Formats: sequence, C-alpha cells, structure tokens
Amino acid sequence: MYFDLIVVGGGHAGIEAAHAAAKMGVSVGVVTMDKSAFGRMSCNPAIGGSAKGHLVHEIDALGGIMGQIADRSGIQFRILNRSKGPAVWAGRCQSDRKLYSVEASKIISSTENITIVEDSVIEAIEEDRKIVGVRTLKGNEISCKALIVCSGTFLNGLMHTGLNATKGGRFGEQPAIGLTESLIKMGFEAGRLKTGTPPRLKLESINYEILEEQPGDENPQPFSRRTDRSKFPFLPQVSCWLTKTDSSVHQILEKGFDRSPMFRGLINGVGPRYCPSIEDKIVRFADKPNHQIFLEPEGLDSDLIYVNGFSTSLPEEIQREAIAKIPGLENAEMVRPGYAVEYDYLPPYQIDLTLETKLIKGLYFAGQINGTSGYEEAAGQGLIAGINAALKILGRKDEFVLKRSDAYIGVLIDDLVGKSTDEPYRMFTSRAEHRLLLRQDNADRRLYEFGHRFGLISDNELKEMKEREVLITKSKDLFDEIKFKPDEINNLLESKATNLIDNAEPVSKLTKRPELNLRDLLQELDLEKYPLVNSLLANEKALEQVEIELKYEGYIQRQQDLIKKMEKLEEVKIPESFDFLKLKTISNESKEKLHKVRPRSIGQASRISGVSPSDISILLVYLKN
Amino acid sequence: MQLIFSIITQKELTEYLQNSEDTIVALATPAGVGAISVIRVSGPKSIEVVDSIFEGNGRIINAKTHTIHYGKIKYANEVIDDVLVSVFREPNSYTGEDSIEISTHGSQLIVQKIIESFLEKDVRLAEPGEFTKRAFLNGRMDLAQAEAVVDIINSRTEASLRGARNQLDGILSAKVDSLREMLINSSSMLELELDFAEEDLEFLPKEKVIERIDEIVIEIDELLKTYAFGKVIRDGVNVALVGKPNVGKSSLLNYLLKESRAIVSEIPGTTRDVIREEFSLDGILFRLFDTAGIRLTEDVIEKEGVFRSRDAVKNADVVLFLNDIIDGFANDLYKELKQLIKEDKILITVNKIDLLHDHIIECDVQISAKTGEGIESLFKAMKQKAIGSENYSEKGAIVSNLRHFNALKKAKQHLVQAKESVQNGMSGEFIAVDLRNAESSLGEIIGKVTTDDILNNIFAKFCIGK
Repeated sequence: MYFDLIVVGGGHAGIEAAHAAAKMGVSVGVVTMDKSAFGRMSCNPAIGGSAKGHLVHEIDALGGIMGQIADRSGIQFRILNRSKGPAVWAGRCQSDRKLYSVEASKIISSTENITIVEDSVIEAIEEDRKIVGVRTLKGNEISCKALIVCSGTFLNGLMHTGLNATKGGRFGEQPAIGLTESLIKMGFEAGRLKTGTPPRLKLESINYEILEEQPGDENPQPFSRRTDRSKFPFLPQVSCWLTKTDSSVHQILEKGFDRSPMFRGLINGVGPRYCPSIEDKIVRFADKPNHQIFLEPEGLDSDLIYVNGFSTSLPEEIQREAIAKIPGLENAEMVRPGYAVEYDYLPPYQIDLTLETKLIKGLYFAGQINGTSGYEEAAGQGLIAGINAALKILGRKDEFVLKRSDAYIGVLIDDLVGKSTDEPYRMFTSRAEHRLLLRQDNADRRLYEFGHRFGLISDNELKEMKEREVLITKSKDLFDEIKFKPDEINNLLESKATNLIDNAEPVSKLTKRPELNLRDLLQELDLEKYPLVNSLLANEKALEQVEIELKYEGYIQRQQDLIKKMEKLEEVKIPESFDFLKLKTISNESKEKLHKVRPRSIGQASRISGVSPSDISILLVYLKN
Repeated sequence: MQLIFSIITQKELTEYLQNSEDTIVALATPAGVGAISVIRVSGPKSIEVVDSIFEGNGRIINAKTHTIHYGKIKYANEVIDDVLVSVFREPNSYTGEDSIEISTHGSQLIVQKIIESFLEKDVRLAEPGEFTKRAFLNGRMDLAQAEAVVDIINSRTEASLRGARNQLDGILSAKVDSLREMLINSSSMLELELDFAEEDLEFLPKEKVIERIDEIVIEIDELLKTYAFGKVIRDGVNVALVGKPNVGKSSLLNYLLKESRAIVSEIPGTTRDVIREEFSLDGILFRLFDTAGIRLTEDVIEKEGVFRSRDAVKNADVVLFLNDIIDGFANDLYKELKQLIKEDKILITVNKIDLLHDHIIECDVQISAKTGEGIESLFKAMKQKAIGSENYSEKGAIVSNLRHFNALKKAKQHLVQAKESVQNGMSGEFIAVDLRNAESSLGEIIGKVTTDDILNNIFAKFCIGK
C-alpha cells in the first residue's frame, strides 16, 4: 500500500491535515482505530471560547473544516465578551457530540483523495533520516512520502480513576502502543502530560427547577464564512445550567484524597494549571468556599450531561457521593466517572515552524503530541502540517509559516517551538501581543490569500474579499474628507447624549466617539451625493471593518508600530546550518537552548526563554560577520 | 537591542568577540600603597599561566573552583611574594570565564613584577572596564548592574562612587522590579477578565485600576525627580563664570579652588578665552568655565573667543553671573545671557561687598572673594541650582543614567495613556496595550522582557479552569 501522505489519527488535527492535503491534490491515507470516531470530542462537548473562537475563525479562513462542522452540529451559540471591544469577542458553541463526529465523517469520506484505513500505527519507518512508511498493528506496511502524527492522548494512554489505572486513550478505547518507542529509537525525546475529564450524569436525573439557566444568544452567529446563514442554526437550540460546590462537597472530596492518583504520585504527567481538577482547586484555593459548575448537554438525543468544572480522578464512589451534595444534583445518576489521562508527548522544540520534525524529513507532528490541549489548537496545527506536507510532496519550494502578527495559529506554533511547553498549552488572547489586530471579524482579511494560494479558498471567495477591501479603503479615505457642519449633526449628537460640535468635523473623527455608531452617522448624510456610502451601507461586513478601524485607530496604529519594530528582528534570518555551539561567548544554558530550538530568525531566538538580550546581540554580531 | 548597544557599542562588541580568546590581567585594587593588592587574571589561559609561576602545596591547574591557595609567586627563579590565590572556574566567576585573583602584599613593586611576569606569558593588560564587559556579555550581571560598574570605573568623586555602588547593589533594579511587579499584578486583573470571562471570579473595578496606575505613576515621578541629582553626582556640574572685566572673576576662582582644597586638575581651554578648572565640593564635581570673552566686543580678532565662551554658557548647568557692587548690576550683559540660557539657571552674584557695606543690589548671593564672606552661601546656591531643593540621599534609588531616565519617562507616558483609556470607558484589551508597553519600558531598565509573567501570575493567584 502507498499514499503520498499518511495521517495517523482522525481527531481534530488529523481531519484538518487530511482534508487540506487531499484538497491540494495528494493522496492521503488516514489511519484510525475506529472509523466512526472522526472528530470525536474526548472532553467537553463545546467548540470555541476566548482565543479558541479566534482559532476556529482562522482555520475557517484558511479553508479548514472545523467551523463548518461546529456550525452544523451546534446546539447553543454564544459570543463571549460582548460587552468588551471586538478584538476579544469570541464565539463559543455547545455541540451535539455525536453529530459533530457524524459531520466530520461526512466531510472526510466525501473528500476526494482520502482513503480511510482502520488500523493502528505501531512504528514509523525512516531511511537516511527521511520518512518512508509505517508498520501497523494488523501487520501491514504502508509506504509514504510524508507522515503526520496526530495521536491525541492515545500514545501510551493511561486513564486513572482513584487507584485504578486502565490503559487507553479515551473511555472504552485502546491506547496506541509502539509508536512512541519507535520515535525514541529515531532519536526523539518524549515526555508525559496529563489532562482530565469530569463525570457524566443522566440528563433526566437533575433537578433543573432550582438551577440557574444559561441560554444561548438570541441571534446566534455561525463560525464559518461558508455556512449558509439563511439555514442557520441547523439544529434546535438548548440551554446550559449553572450550579456550584460548597464546603459539604469539598469535605467529601477530601475523604478521597488518600486514594487520589494525583496526590499519591501515581501520575507522572504534568497537568494544565488553567484547567485544574476539582481536588486541585480545593487544595490550592482552600479559602474559596464555592466552585462554579456548568452542566452542559452532550447532544439533542443524548441523555448525558457533562459536568464542566468538575474534572477529577478521585475514586468513583467519592465522585458519586460528592455530586449528590451539589445543589440540583441530589438525585443525579452518574453514568460514567471522571478520569485523568496520561499520555506521551514529544517536547515541541523538536519541530520546526512548519511542524516538520527537525530530525526526520517528511515527518510532522500536530496536536496533543506537541503538548497542546484543546480541539481548536489541535485543528490549527493539523491544518498547517497538512498544507506543509502537501507542499513538500508536490515538490513546491514554498512553505507555510504564519507570523505572530498574522494569526493566533502563528502565535501558537511560535510559542510551541520557541518555549517548548512543559504543561498542556492552551491559547489565551493574552498570549498574542497583537491582540487588537487578530480579531475574529478580520480573519478572512488576514488569511484568505494564504488559503487561496493553496487552493483551499475559492477564487470567488477571494474576489469578494478583495472587492470589500477596496470598499473599506475608499470609505475610510472618504470619511476623512466628508465633514459635518454643526447644524447638520448636532441633533443626532444631542439625542445620543454626546457633546455638540462648534466647528465642522469629519465623519472619521466623530466615529471615534463611543456613543456614536457609523451607520447612524452615515444616515445623516445626503446619500444621493455619495454612491460609495450607499454601497458601504449595503455591505454589512465592510461597514463593520470601517467602523472598527476608525474607532480604534490610535490603538491599532500603536500595535502596528510594534509589529514593524519586531519585524526587523524577524527579518534577520539565521542560516539552517548555523552552529550555535560554536558561540563561545554566551552561557552554556543559552547555547544549549539555541542549539535545541534552532531558531530561524533573531526574532524567534529572542523569544526563547533563558536567552538573554546580550546573547542576542552576540548572535547578531556573529551573523553579520 | 538598542539597549545593549547603548553601553557596549557594536564596534566594541566586535572587537571583544575577536579578543575574547585573550587572557587579560590587571590590578583590581586602587593603585597606590595599601595593606594588600589584588591582581585579577581572566580568560581561557588564566589558570594555566598562574600555575606556571605559583609554588604551593598543590597545583593550581588541579584546583577546584572557589578555592583559595597559599603559596609563593616565583619569577625568574626569584620569590616575589607570599600570596593567596583564589580560583574561579567558568562560568562561576565575575567575568564568567576562568579567573584567578592573586592577593599580594601591598607594594607597587611587587604588583608590577607579578604583572610583568604575566605579560611575558602571552597575557595582555586589560582595557579599562574589560572585566565588566566580559561579565555582562557572559550574562553574569543585568544591564543596570553592568552600567553601574561602568559608572564606577568612570566615577570621578566620592559621592558619585557611592551613587554608582548602590546602583550596583541593585537598589534601582529592585525598585524598578517592584514597580514592574505592581504593573503585572494590575495587568493580570485585566487579562483575567478577558480570558476567563466565563469563570466565577470577581473582576477589578475600573476605579481600582486607576488607583493602581496612579500609585505607580507617583513612584515613577519620584524616581524621575532624582535624575537631576543623579546626573549631577554622575556627570558633575558645569558652571560658567561670567562677568565684566574686573568684577573679580580671577580672585573668586582662586578662592574657590583654594577653599575646596580638592583641585582635580587645571585644564587649559582650547582657546585662551575659556579656562576650565575642576574642583569638588561635598563630593560633587564642579567644572568651572571661566569665560573671559563673553563681553560684548566689536574686536574682530576676539570674535572666535566670544563664540566659544557663548557655547560654554549655553552648555552650563549653572551660570555664575558675577557683578561688582560698585559698578552695579550689569544689565546689558544680563540681557545677553538671557538670550543664551534659561533665566533660572543664572545665579546672580554680587562681589566686593567688603568695599561697600550696607549697599543692597537685588541678587541671589552677595560675596567677597577677598575676605571669603558669603562663599558658603555661594556653594549652597550653586548646589541648589544644579540639583534642586529636594534633598536626596545616594542611599535611595537614584536615576543617574539617561537611558534609565528615558525608559521611566516612556513608562509614565504609557501609564497616562492607559489611564485615559480607563477614563474613556475603553475595555481591558485597550488598557492592556499601554500597560504592556509600560511594563516593557520598565523591563528595558533591568533587561527583563518576558511575556509569560502575566499568565503565570494569573495561574498562581486565581482559581480558574472550567
């Protein structure tokens, strides 16, 4: 058997990788243990959230599929941070877990060039430091030009509930054995991480009467630019419910601490600080009397409730007893206990910004194997790995690397490679120094051209965006020119309770006032005189962009200045053959870090933790000589 | 990057990289006679070379790092001195390289002979500040510390030395670090609201954000105010002595120099029209420019001199404008001066009060250069003109370096902008833009620039995790 590209795993990273590469024209074999498990959500049945919503929009703007799958299987949509500025608005949806997987399967099985192989890869094969194929559990050898490993939590997965440990990557599923060892044999270093999942409860066993309801937005917004808005939302919409723990719950949980695999030291993997288990929260924040619990439905015809905020690996009976003390859950039936899962990851200093490994050409890693957590982080990497692998197979000389100022995906990969995370890495908006520029609303303006270059965004989509771009630029210029005289606008200003003007002011200046919106202002104009304004008013997307750019001009300008400053350092490239160990005048620690990460530019080198500004100046001098 | 090159230029760095293989030697204690002298050797060959001239119980080449060895230094078969040799192996030395410190008895002859013996063995004399530059380039000290060491090397007076020492001790670094921490705490509170909006957390009310910004701005203002003082103790004070002929400039000059008893030097001016003298008072270095040629002259030959004198006035921190009590206030010259320099820098002084008692002319100080009357007040007035009326102590955090001053000013500007954003009702991500810029300006002073501090702080302090 031969495929140009083999993708190991059909999770969120695997399906983006396979889909993108197949669309680019290479033959793809997706090896998965269970062909009904495409896009299966191992943890919470939700997509998006702060910074993660941004990732979904970016994936969509690059021609990825996550946004469309989420839109088709979403049963509650909300925009978070609505009260704040547009840069931090973030879409989030509750998904029907089963339908999410069904929609993912539909796309994968209908994409040309993709073959599904139900098997498990136990060994990667290389020749002369180049990947040539894999060996599978069923005894097959499949050859290939490139291999993308998206193994999620399956590499030597080990699940803990109390003192019971079960081998597996997800409830009821086998782990992937052998692959880590074959990678170590090639010279890779592996580490161990941990994540957790909460118990599942029976839907009808909960007393909703006394719980606070959390409905979705009244006017739900899809993630994908390709979703037909006239049919959206596709599914009936449901609510989530809020409750919280109290000291009686905490007391019961404490009874189980002597059988906690975490506290007993049975778990070697490092867990995420931002997503602690309930037992961790109780210990680390002992003075906090309550912890919020979100009860999330798992699907329209599912009878399961996901207990978000209550991730735990305490013994099953302790979980059951503690849950019964939570208001509203007195009679709740626990269908499945929470567990912690440990898995192998390969510290990501070993990959390049293209996600190809530095050690073996043609081998790519994406998703949790690189130390990330989250579906969206995985999908973003899958897409980048898929595109780069395809470029290589097609013999194209270009490679696809997004800068930190281009996208959250760029921030994500740059952080991974440069900082080589040692805890599961999750995206936050505060990780992006260019946060005001990396918005959901302008993801297409930032990324369509890239997507189009790889054939993942259609000519029409790009053309529409470019026409909009012209409209945006022309409108902004025009609004500097058009001025309102006091008698033309003061009525509106008065009605909006903002200061009146004494002298004529341009539209662009008035738009900056928080009390005013652009549409209202434009409606005060003699529209017959300005056909351009008419086109703008008819183009909601363009109008939104013009308004944001005018309103926040000063801040946006300051961030752009910063990008320019940073880009100077990014432009100083370090040749691939550069020997960092030769640098005699810098500390051994920095030398080793630089040697490990092998940064490609001075900018990337300067972000490596432990590399000081003086090391960078020495590096600069060496490069100039 | 510019921050690195502000203390070590690109050229120096290149030279250093070319010369870094060299082993260097120098006397580390002040030249002159003391109880002991310390000679420092640093570089890849230092241990080997010392070993070749040392005779003791063991061999230096086998010595562990941070050990002291008693023995004799021999040169041309002659014992020069009994010494203590301290061994520091890289990277745990002052410079980060293999280093040796030899404590000898304090004799110039001994020191000279030992250093000569090194020079014969392919070790070269260190340039001024070279040990420190190596230390900085090897990451052994942060920027502020390295700059302080450079200041020590260049420091001319006692107070300046104290100022530089305490910066080295990290008083400024510690202060700036604590301000940066305050900022990170405030930023964390804002970021918390942006990234963890879903969590059941209490967020910082906007008035509190303003309060915290104000607190930091006040502290920065305090630091900024010390700059005039810091600059004075670092660079000294330029004083231009101006007056019509025969108002007693020379006699005042002589008196000042005699009184201060600490003549640093007499440096002839580039033309006969500007004479420069240096003297120190209360540990502050004063540079006195005697501008004989400021007078309004039609003499074409003297025009060049006038031009230079005017330059001296323009560059002065204090203009000592001397008048004769008998001739009265030189109004025409005063007008001329005011065109060259801000009025508040002019110290109006009236001389020869011994000749005409009870006569009052409006002025800042009255003196007699002949009897010394009023000279104390003149000293005080000069000091005050230069450093302001506030009384700073070199024991507190003092900003004496222009780069630090500018970084603090930039940090303050960003904080003021952040405050405006809060007042305009902007949400956290906009406020964060300027808080981050302020943080990076502070980070520039101490060479810390990491973006992960805020998230680490959030993870440590708040219970988050849906």
